[in-house]
Amino acid sequence: MKDISGHLGLAPSYRIALLAAVAALAFILSLLVGPSGIGIEATGEARTLIFNEIRLPRALLGALVGGTLGLAGAALQGYLRNPLAEPSLVGVSGGAALGAVLAIQLGLSHLLALALPIGGLAGAAVAMLAVVALAGAHGGPVTLILAGLAVSSIATALISLALNLSQNPFASVEMVFWMMGSLADRSLLQLWISAPLMLLGCGLLLTLARALDALTLGEDAATSLGIDLNRTRLVVIAGTALSVGAATAVTGIIGFVGLIVPHMLRRLVQHRPGLLLPASLFGGASVLLIADVALRLVQPWVDLRIGVLTALIGAPFFVWLVLKTRAEMAL
Amino acid sequence: MRIEAHGLHVHLGRREVLRGLDFVAHAGEMTAVIGPNGAGKTTLLKALAGLVTPSAGTVSLQGCALAGWLPRARARALAYLPQERITHWALSARAVVALGRLPHQPMGASESSADGRAIDAALAAMDISHLAARPVSEMSGGERTRVLIARALAQEPAALLADEPVAGLDPAHQLGLFGHLTALALAGRTVVVALHDLSLAARFCHRIVLMQAGRGVATGAAEEVLTREHLAAVYGIAAHHTRIGGIPVVLVADVLP
Repeated sequence: MKDISGHLGLAPSYRIALLAAVAALAFILSLLVGPSGIGIEATGEARTLIFNEIRLPRALLGALVGGTLGLAGAALQGYLRNPLAEPSLVGVSGGAALGAVLAIQLGLSHLLALALPIGGLAGAAVAMLAVVALAGAHGGPVTLILAGLAVSSIATALISLALNLSQNPFASVEMVFWMMGSLADRSLLQLWISAPLMLLGCGLLLTLARALDALTLGEDAATSLGIDLNRTRLVVIAGTALSVGAATAVTGIIGFVGLIVPHMLRRLVQHRPGLLLPASLFGGASVLLIADVALRLVQPWVDLRIGVLTALIGAPFFVWLVLKTRAEMAL
Repeated sequence: MRIEAHGLHVHLGRREVLRGLDFVAHAGEMTAVIGPNGAGKTTLLKALAGLVTPSAGTVSLQGCALAGWLPRARARALAYLPQERITHWALSARAVVALGRLPHQPMGASESSADGRAIDAALAAMDISHLAARPVSEMSGGERTRVLIARALAQEPAALLADEPVAGLDPAHQLGLFGHLTALALAGRTVVVALHDLSLAARFCHRIVLMQAGRGVATGAAEEVLTREHLAAVYGIAAHHTRIGGIPVVLVADVLP
């Protein structure tokens, strides 16, 4: 994609429309393809049930979560002016994971099916407040990264503690599997809880286009162009926390999408950070939906979780990124 | 647009960088801010642009306190070229220059024909029309500087603050830039430049503000400010202020012991 895109000869707005069309196709594909190939191997009521209770929530969740991760990654890379930034940097996914793990550890998830996503949301909210409190009202990008790292570290430590102290091996396995991230078997109710928060967060992040464009020139020039940097930072934190927090609360941790997608699409939008926002929204949705379809196709042979697949694809990409950066530094 | 500062004190951390400075720049004039390294030129320009908050004193644009200006309105009236030539990402030169139009564009609006004209004019003024499609990340330092100056010009501000605009430019483009800035000033704009080149200041600037250690030492026309005594006291140099073919030249002969 990287090499074709530079020569498409289309205006960036058409390229974004093209990405939206790809996302729409991936969504339809996700509705059509099941473990037994194209279509649904059932008729009548069972068919409607499979479609409404399994396929539709999974496709909607894939589109929303993928879009969220791509968009949040683009927003953070633009705000921090760093191509290595990704959504988990702000600490909310760690917080969401901790909340969900605690819900399992305390046995709440067996009493109430919704305890898991609610625990995740609560964890994300606490993490966001902690990050804002730590980073302060007027700090720069570096304090935000440090605050996010600190909160993530605390969350990771507490997750380890919960696993360590877990008496119940089934609960431990459940926690580990949950953290791998998956779109499978989520109910429509879980979708309805998280979707408004994801949409609200994405809406906030999409308002950042001007600010991120102006930040291309550095903070002083951006301010002189009328951008309020403190407001920008709050929108970055709140938008990421709402969207990524809600996404992680429902699906677990799905890594690398937020890192790779903005990277792949940057040339497509001529490196403009504002345009990269909608592009990464559609690109992220497409990538996650297609990855999820691929998982379903290999499911009869191997039961992979989507977080594992994105990590398997993402880690080598990271290595490539290091080599590319190294080559550029040597120039 | 008149830019004024009175009794300006600015602290950066614990260091007091500006210590009770008075400053004024008038419309229709090019004002040079000169002084040795660390005199506070950059901090003065940042304070005038509203980027640092004074610990005491006032800054006003056109008689209105700077803090009372809405950020967007201020950005339409006043452009600022930072000393650091920062461009992140591999944007094309034209895309960078187009950023100067942000304060003029309603949220979500795309480039208007007025925007397009301003961008093209700015590119032409800085002699980079032929580089418009090239990524700034692949440009030389001087070319990038011209792109960033063009960005400030595309803003079409009533006042332009430029921090060492000629640093890194070849002699032809230095002269070209000052010709353009002079034309802007004569068209009624307010132009303020922080400079190290005393000859350029003497030749092109209507007023010169000589700074030392956060204070103003002298203000006025080149003949009044660039005297042997001032240059010796402030820079510690023995300098000759002369004319060659009618063009003022400040020749630094020696560093005083």
